[in-house]
Amino acid sequence: MSGHDSKYFSTTKKGEIPELKEELNSQYKDKRKDAVKKVIAAMTVGKDVSSLFTDVVNCMQTENLELKKLVYLYLINYAKSQPDLAILAVNTFVKDSQDPNPLIRALAVRTMGCIRVDKITEYLCDPLQRCLKDDDPYVRKTAAICVAKLYDINAELVEDRGFLENLKDLISDNNPMVVANAVAALAEIQENSASPIFEITSHTLSKLLTALNECTEWGQVFILDALARYKAPDAREAENIVERVTPRLQHANCAVVLSAVKMILLQMEIITSTDVIRNLCKKMAPPLVTLLSAEPEIQYVALRNINLIVQKRPTILSHEIKVFFCKYNDPIYVKMEKLEIMIKLASDRNIDQVLLEFKEYATEVDVDFVRKAVRAIGRCAIKLDRAAERCISVLLELIKIKVNYVVQEAIIVIKDIFRRYPNTYESIIATLCESLDTLDEPEAKASMIWIIGEYAERIDNADELLESFLETFPEEPAMVQLQLLTATVKLFLKKPTDVPQQMIQAVLNNATVETDNPDLRDRAYIYWRLLSTDPEAAKDIVLAEKPVISDDSNLLEPSLLDELLANIATLSSVYHKPPEVFVTRAKVVTAKTDEEEYLDGNSETAYSETPSHVVSGGSPTASASAVASTSQPASRAPPTGPAAPLPDLLGDLIGMDNSAVVPADDPATPSAPPLPVLVPSSTGQGLQISAQLVRHEGQIFYSLLFENGSQVALDGFMIQFNKNSFGLAAGAPLQVPAIQPGTSARTLVPMNLFQNIMPGPPSSLLQVAVKNNQQPVWYFSDKIPLHVFFSEDGKMERSIFLEDLTNSVIHSIDATVEHLAASNVFFVAKRRNANKEVLYLSTKIPRGIPFLIEITAGLGVPGVKCAIKTPNPEYAPIFFEAMETLLV
Amino acid sequence: MAGAVSALFLLDIKGRVLVWRDYRGDVSAVQAERFFTKLIEKEADPESHSPVVHDDGVAYMFIQHNNVFLLTAARQNCNAASILLFLHRVVDVFKHYFEELEEESLRDNFVVVYELLDEMMDFGYPQYTEAKILSEFIKTDAYRMEVTQRPPMAVTNAVSWRSEGIRYKKNEVFLDVVESVNILVNSNGQIIRSDVVGALKMRTYLSGMPECKLGLNDRVLLEAQGRATKGKAIDLDDIKFHQCVRLARFENDRTISFIPPDGAFDLMTYRLSTQVKPLIWVEAQVEKHSRSRIELMVKARSQFKERSTATNVEIEVPVPADSTNPNIRTSMGSAAYAPENDALVWKIKSFPGGKEYMCRAEFSLPSITAEEGAPEKKAPIRVKFEIPYFTVSGIQVRYLKIIEKSGYQALPWVRYITMAGEYELRLI
Repeated sequence: MSGHDSKYFSTTKKGEIPELKEELNSQYKDKRKDAVKKVIAAMTVGKDVSSLFTDVVNCMQTENLELKKLVYLYLINYAKSQPDLAILAVNTFVKDSQDPNPLIRALAVRTMGCIRVDKITEYLCDPLQRCLKDDDPYVRKTAAICVAKLYDINAELVEDRGFLENLKDLISDNNPMVVANAVAALAEIQENSASPIFEITSHTLSKLLTALNECTEWGQVFILDALARYKAPDAREAENIVERVTPRLQHANCAVVLSAVKMILLQMEIITSTDVIRNLCKKMAPPLVTLLSAEPEIQYVALRNINLIVQKRPTILSHEIKVFFCKYNDPIYVKMEKLEIMIKLASDRNIDQVLLEFKEYATEVDVDFVRKAVRAIGRCAIKLDRAAERCISVLLELIKIKVNYVVQEAIIVIKDIFRRYPNTYESIIATLCESLDTLDEPEAKASMIWIIGEYAERIDNADELLESFLETFPEEPAMVQLQLLTATVKLFLKKPTDVPQQMIQAVLNNATVETDNPDLRDRAYIYWRLLSTDPEAAKDIVLAEKPVISDDSNLLEPSLLDELLANIATLSSVYHKPPEVFVTRAKVVTAKTDEEEYLDGNSETAYSETPSHVVSGGSPTASASAVASTSQPASRAPPTGPAAPLPDLLGDLIGMDNSAVVPADDPATPSAPPLPVLVPSSTGQGLQISAQLVRHEGQIFYSLLFENGSQVALDGFMIQFNKNSFGLAAGAPLQVPAIQPGTSARTLVPMNLFQNIMPGPPSSLLQVAVKNNQQPVWYFSDKIPLHVFFSEDGKMERSIFLEDLTNSVIHSIDATVEHLAASNVFFVAKRRNANKEVLYLSTKIPRGIPFLIEITAGLGVPGVKCAIKTPNPEYAPIFFEAMETLLV
Repeated sequence: MAGAVSALFLLDIKGRVLVWRDYRGDVSAVQAERFFTKLIEKEADPESHSPVVHDDGVAYMFIQHNNVFLLTAARQNCNAASILLFLHRVVDVFKHYFEELEEESLRDNFVVVYELLDEMMDFGYPQYTEAKILSEFIKTDAYRMEVTQRPPMAVTNAVSWRSEGIRYKKNEVFLDVVESVNILVNSNGQIIRSDVVGALKMRTYLSGMPECKLGLNDRVLLEAQGRATKGKAIDLDDIKFHQCVRLARFENDRTISFIPPDGAFDLMTYRLSTQVKPLIWVEAQVEKHSRSRIELMVKARSQFKERSTATNVEIEVPVPADSTNPNIRTSMGSAAYAPENDALVWKIKSFPGGKEYMCRAEFSLPSITAEEGAPEKKAPIRVKFEIPYFTVSGIQVRYLKIIEKSGYQALPWVRYITMAGEYELRLI
């Protein structure tokens, strides 16, 4: 069935575009069709043929389906660059969307949705409305996806025209393919919308589970993935769902199997019966094993997921370690992942066999794989104390092969084994020392030196060994220098004889005077001072007993693990990172953050939760002068427009993106409580400034009151915030009209968060500078009441809460639930304990940091016990300050 | 949870775009091409690179087929398993259309390629990949005349793999039970892993919409029906079915019922992880003499019943890369040096059960190597064979019932065969 389209790629000598233009306008159908093919061929190889737009669109009205498709394809590519001409195509589109042939109706709607030109989208609405109710399921399934396309271009339009309702109706469609596409579209729309659009009720649940049996394999994946968001209300329903999903494990499509596994694992969290759980674990093992017979790329995804699954439920595959043994022809990326899982599944029962495998791998050719295999032996030794000895003997055997990189890797892991089992295996040191002179990698050298230093008293010639390294001290990498320094000090403290004394002097001299490395110098000076002032103290410090290490290097945090398990089969589960870290919708691409830096596909570094958002502001001087000249009472700031940073008052200019600018006349309600006075009129040359951070409808404002007690009118007010722990910064310029003597002005400054974060432990200090045209700059300090950050979404599941509240108790005062709720501290439960009332509450501050609170108090008795639980305990002190304020 | 890809690229071996389809307009061809050519340059062997790579906010997933890369770019958290599998299906569809998928065939058929990409995926969501049905409404030039101008019912039907109105004069079904034996023996001669992967491969030439029901000697089913199971029934570890099989029904009462696609397909695959005795055991003694000469003695023994015979046995024993001057003798079959694989390949056309054959070979090693050189690539001995009329598992097709409303009689033909899968014995 091979074609001969390649001829369309060949070009003639003559000017190509004019020739094509001529052919496109030919009176012969075939010639026109060939010309369009040539245009598409040119487009395919990346030539710009947008100048032929009108001529190509003229060919659109045709009965020939193939030609029509080609013209449509052209439109998708070039409509954006010729939006005005694209409108020419609209008529044909609308006409085609009513064609008697469903293939053409669907094609028209599908293509229109792909043309991301505003003018066209307006005309898309009516055809889409019709097609969503089309008789032919092929058209409806295409229209369902088209709603998602339209939502991506113009979400408001979709909501206004009621397409969401139409889409939800399609969930009950009698055609399974339509249902599946509607689910995919709704799930995507939900992802990009804050309001609840696609809520899975038990009714939709049963509909979708039914459709699951009938739709295509891809549709099954959409449905299973969408259902993963559904939380069963109780164990019985969870069991029901699992029962309906389990047959999917038998599907030939691996993606269906993995999505089914995801569903089952999630429901298992709710199921209470241990029998059912055990049974499910047994049922899931064979399908997971079979995934390893799939194409290598799929195997890779499966292995990354299995890595997560065995961390959560080690029993599922505990007897299947053999299937993870590497085959000779496995691609290296599969082998690496298999190794990781083998370590996780290694146990006292199977370690002998596993070690044989590792030993086999350690003699292969791929250097990275060999190194990983050697490391794997070390990790097993650390993990299984009963097998440690066998692991070490395998490592020694490998050292005897004398392959350079194997030896070095072995020494690195043996150092870790020594740290795990101190004073147990020193007998092998002699063997290690034999390979001393072959070491050339910094990490291996450093490890060996550490071992010599740590066990200097048992190595007769420790001084000679170290001395051999010392000769090249200045040329060594920093890692080795640091270890040499420490090891020499240890040696000196253990054997304070002549030779070590000379060595220590040489080393200290080298590490202080002769080096540019501040770390090395600092460490050397500390040792020097210790040794010269109090050698006994030095001994206590340097030779102190060290804590034993454990192998948790590749285990994930439980909360992260749960999140990743909810994302099985997706990219998130492949990266082992939550989706929000790497998902960059096109819309937010412009405001790129540093987050992407630590995302490089394969790195195994732990996910860090502290992205720093640094958004640089516009040109400071230009916009500053603009602010100064327009500081007249402006009732409404422009809603968009460039951010306007203020003059650099505190020497630290902060950029802003004014997401929400609140008009200055917006109610700082008269009934609001009096603001604390921060600059009294006595120090403010008659101007009194009162201010406080407040929360209003989900947004943080700095509420300010200026009272002019001076003799002159004050104008040109500006405000600036210094760097602080929360990165609070003004979201808009201060808008205060000229204040006549004896009058006052109130204003709210919308605040942005995380603009310019002060490093170090969190502090509640907020330094503010205010100036006007008549007076000097007023600097004052305010406290950041943490409770203004308590966000509306701080409600937390009760079960988590009760679980988390087990330890830590500290003191504070008394209050009522309503009062706290008004400040977004949410009530969870209460109980009576003897004559005390116990309240459980929860709240959350930005960046998703939750607080769980337990308040214990006797009614009417002053003095309240308050205990909190939070993943970020460093916030505890200021949190208690905030609670104290709220509970007056 | 939702996620779709932004674009699908077909790239040549150097990573340059041949054809691409933009689904969302948020990843450009230039961006993808720049990334991928760099990746290929950096990695000498792109196959060693993991198939999911993240770069500058875009997740790239790719597979390779001949001299073509299929690559998707995504900005969302899409289902990686589904997308990678989809790429493999795209390869299948293209192969169905162009016989072979390679750079040339893509260029020769770019119009159809565009049409297919438009139909198989919409807005980055996989839609439809049944090659046979697709070719009913998307055709290459040669067949353009007979295009149906409507989407076949099957595209959206619950039975999405079969069109209505198929007619055959003679209604026949061919059922091949193919079992592949995978085995891994370590250098101590210990079997460290062995399993059997079976497949029921069907070729159906049936009219209309036939309802099929397949009966196997499945222990669970037979026991449920209360039948005697003296030694005949077997346990199947993990069964995977083609999408035509009603999974809920199977879960319920272990009945395998389905409306088959037309033509060839894999009805089901299964796996047995019970230890199997290696059907053909190979031992090789390698003696290296003074680093200039190597002697191999290979023994092969068939460990199955005498009435069965293995055919097309091929034993591949690795030898050093610099081997020359082969001197080979065999007690059966023929052996030859295959320098392209760095191996001695010994072929035996017919190998009856319970027999043992020998092969001796001697090579010169001209290269001078350091005493403690880097380790040589340690390939295992690999064995290929086929044993007709025999299954390791003992699986039996008890019946295949075919019911169609027109009431025709169809003839099922069943055949059994066992072959070597990944059959590896590591050298000492």
